[in-house]
Amino acid sequence: MDFSITEEQSMLADSIARFIDNDYSFDKRMAIVESDDAFSQQVWQNCADLGWTAMLFSDADGGFDGGAVEMMLMMEQFGRGLVVEPFLANVILAGGILKRLASAEQKADWLAGIVDGSRQAALAFAEPHARYDIANIATSANREGDQWVLNGSKALVLNGGAAELIILPARTSGEQTAQSGISLFAIDASAAGVTRNAYKTVDGHGAAEIVLSDVKVADSALLGKPNEGYSALAETVNDGTLAVCAEAVGIMRTMHDKTVDYTKQRVQFGVPIGSFQALQHRMVDTLMACEQAKSLLLRSVMLSDAGSPEAGAAISELKYLIGTSGRKVAQEAVQIHGGMGMTWELDIAHFFKRMTAIDILFGDSDFHLDRAAAAK
Amino acid sequence: MHVNLTDDELAFQEEVRTFFREQYPADIRAKQDNGVQLTREDYVRWQKILHQRGWAAINWPVEYGGTGWTPVQKYLFENEIAMANAPDMVPFGVKMVAPIIYTFGSEEQKKRFLPDTLASNIWWCQGYSEPGSGSDLASLKTRADRAGDHYVINGTKTWTTLGHFADWIFCLVRTNSDVARRQEGISFVLVDMQTPGVTVRPIITIEGEREVNEVHFENVKVPVENLVGEEGKGWTYGKLLLQHERTNIAGVARSKYRLSKLREIMAQSVHGGTPLAENKNFARKLAAVEIDLQALEFTELRTLAAVAVGKAPGPESSILKIKGTEIQQALDTLFMEAAGYYALPNLPQQFTAEYPVDERTGFGSETLSALRYFNNRKASIYGGSNEIQKNIVSKHVLGL
Ligand SMILES: Cc1cc2nc3c(=O)[nH]c(=O)nc-3n(C[C@H](O)[C@H](O)[C@H](O)COP(=O)(O)OP(=O)(O)OC[C@H]3O[C@@H](n4cnc5c(N)ncnc54)[C@H](O)[C@@H]3O)c2cc1C
Repeated sequence: MDFSITEEQSMLADSIARFIDNDYSFDKRMAIVESDDAFSQQVWQNCADLGWTAMLFSDADGGFDGGAVEMMLMMEQFGRGLVVEPFLANVILAGGILKRLASAEQKADWLAGIVDGSRQAALAFAEPHARYDIANIATSANREGDQWVLNGSKALVLNGGAAELIILPARTSGEQTAQSGISLFAIDASAAGVTRNAYKTVDGHGAAEIVLSDVKVADSALLGKPNEGYSALAETVNDGTLAVCAEAVGIMRTMHDKTVDYTKQRVQFGVPIGSFQALQHRMVDTLMACEQAKSLLLRSVMLSDAGSPEAGAAISELKYLIGTSGRKVAQEAVQIHGGMGMTWELDIAHFFKRMTAIDILFGDSDFHLDRAAAAK
Repeated sequence: MHVNLTDDELAFQEEVRTFFREQYPADIRAKQDNGVQLTREDYVRWQKILHQRGWAAINWPVEYGGTGWTPVQKYLFENEIAMANAPDMVPFGVKMVAPIIYTFGSEEQKKRFLPDTLASNIWWCQGYSEPGSGSDLASLKTRADRAGDHYVINGTKTWTTLGHFADWIFCLVRTNSDVARRQEGISFVLVDMQTPGVTVRPIITIEGEREVNEVHFENVKVPVENLVGEEGKGWTYGKLLLQHERTNIAGVARSKYRLSKLREIMAQSVHGGTPLAENKNFARKLAAVEIDLQALEFTELRTLAAVAVGKAPGPESSILKIKGTEIQQALDTLFMEAAGYYALPNLPQQFTAEYPVDERTGFGSETLSALRYFNNRKASIYGGSNEIQKNIVSKHVLGL
């Protein structure tokens, strides 16, 4: 077992940390959130120029061969900076499907633009009725002549408003909740029959509801083999889950540190509030929560990089822990900041909201506890 | 000992229920049921309807327009308000400042303010907290210096809930810095918000709404008649009042209503999927909150019963506040969990009066659950944070 990271990995983490510290101030982040787009094109291009959008793709796909460790280092920093740019949606979700299933031609058409940051994409993995079960797919794709005809609704499509390319699972056979019979398609967001209702999420990210009515696509839109899309979908969603957990670890640590700092500054009853034991013990609890989460994160990352069959269950265990203790850390941070923690003006409020959204994304802690238990 | 209501109490309950069924305006109810923000006018109109029935101030002494109800009647009334999903009374006037005025104020103040407060002609806000004085309220710095028949007020109040709606603000101010105990130099004054030198600035809260404000006082001249009671006694009044302000502190009735809503949501299938009732984890969590709420309801009833036979409620009310807000926040969390992904869209504009309900494509009012969850983190902070409540209990109940 080896917890050390390579020099390249540490340079990557440092360069993102510098970017967060120097170029992604809280004020700048809030201006981006409040702008019409849900993110800054310019920041995104910047990330691409620095090679970050390419980091997690293979050399053959034009990337830098990064794995789960690189992903973790990046997402932790993005968490610390509350970055709203769609790294998760483009690189990990849409890119994750394409790198697994796309043909050489499809990669040239679509993946290249994700790798170099020029194309916005989304993976529509959720449906309104399905809660967190990614196999529960009512969207249908039926064969008509030499075309596929798609009908259905997709919920909370991350980056769904900005995406030019939408990747979506549809049912080509089988029962509504069966894992077999799911096929993946890549469609143009402006295709006839696609209705998008874009909005921002409570944590300031861009998303959309998407309705497909008789959307017609050719065979060239099908990714991989028909009916066999589930495992790529599940692996990609696992990656996404791991990614938001890494982001959450960055957020938890930041909230904890900021809270400890605040209690050293804020004076009530003539003393810094950090001198009250009632608060001290709770900040020790949040510190322990941060350390525990980081430990399970490292475990999941190592299992993922090793291609271990246990990785999926480990990620669920991690997501459960993040959901429960991350929520606690975030609530404590607001509570201990008192009225200030409730204000839009202070970053704590926005860390709180992102942490809450992460708790829900890809399944809440109950969902993942069930999955973890089922794997035993 | 018996758990049942008497015939008289049942008749009273029926009377209140009928009133709510017949008099609670349908348009306000529709807003409440759909999560649409109420306007100042909505609150005022509803409070005036209650006032016309003589039910605006259930805790006031009868001589000033109170009801003279027993604790059980008050409890039944609060229950019916909640079950009708009617808005709570804005607390600052009827519940907070009025008892100080009728207990400690001059005859002129009683005449000037009580009828108008009862009739909701005056909207009050509370000016206690300051940027540097929250939990440690006695450290407040806003000064009121006597100059002939006026005080001149300088300083800043903050977190003033709905201050942008208010006509008057009641403030704790420092009239004397030269005292042995900081608490002794504090006075209670009433300030017309229209007085020159008063400025109100918005503070936007976590979910993006204007609910609280900063109120600045720059050489604000306030006539000495607006001092309530004696100079330097403001702290004592404020504290006494807090201990007497006891019904509904825990929001039990409101939580019971919300719990019943959660049970309804659980039974339905969200967007055509599997009903949450089939999710054991969720069902168990809801049951656990329900048990806690049941216990709190009886704890509150015990407190009310003790008060009825003349015992002071005292610091035990802190227990109701802590537990009540914990339960409210647990319910907020469950609403959000029930909504799943649909907690995440930030679409408050769908919940304005102009927006047609059936055009909220894809979203029911679950879309507000995360915003509510965020906003209600305040419940354990304001009105004396839960940490401060625990300090009170450990000091005054446990004697530590
Ligand atoms: C939404 C909202 C509405 C409000 N409305 C009003 C209003 O209308 N009028 C008004 O006057 N005020 C209002 N308040 C102010 C509220 O009463 C204060 O926020 C509250 O008293 C806490 O003070 P503070 O924010 O300064 O926190 P601080 O006093 O700075 O406390 C910070 C943290 O330290 C903890 N702490 C402080 N002292 C101790 C101690 N001795 N032991 C253990 N822990 C301690 C607190 O519990 C808190 O967790 C409102 C606040 C909010 C958030």
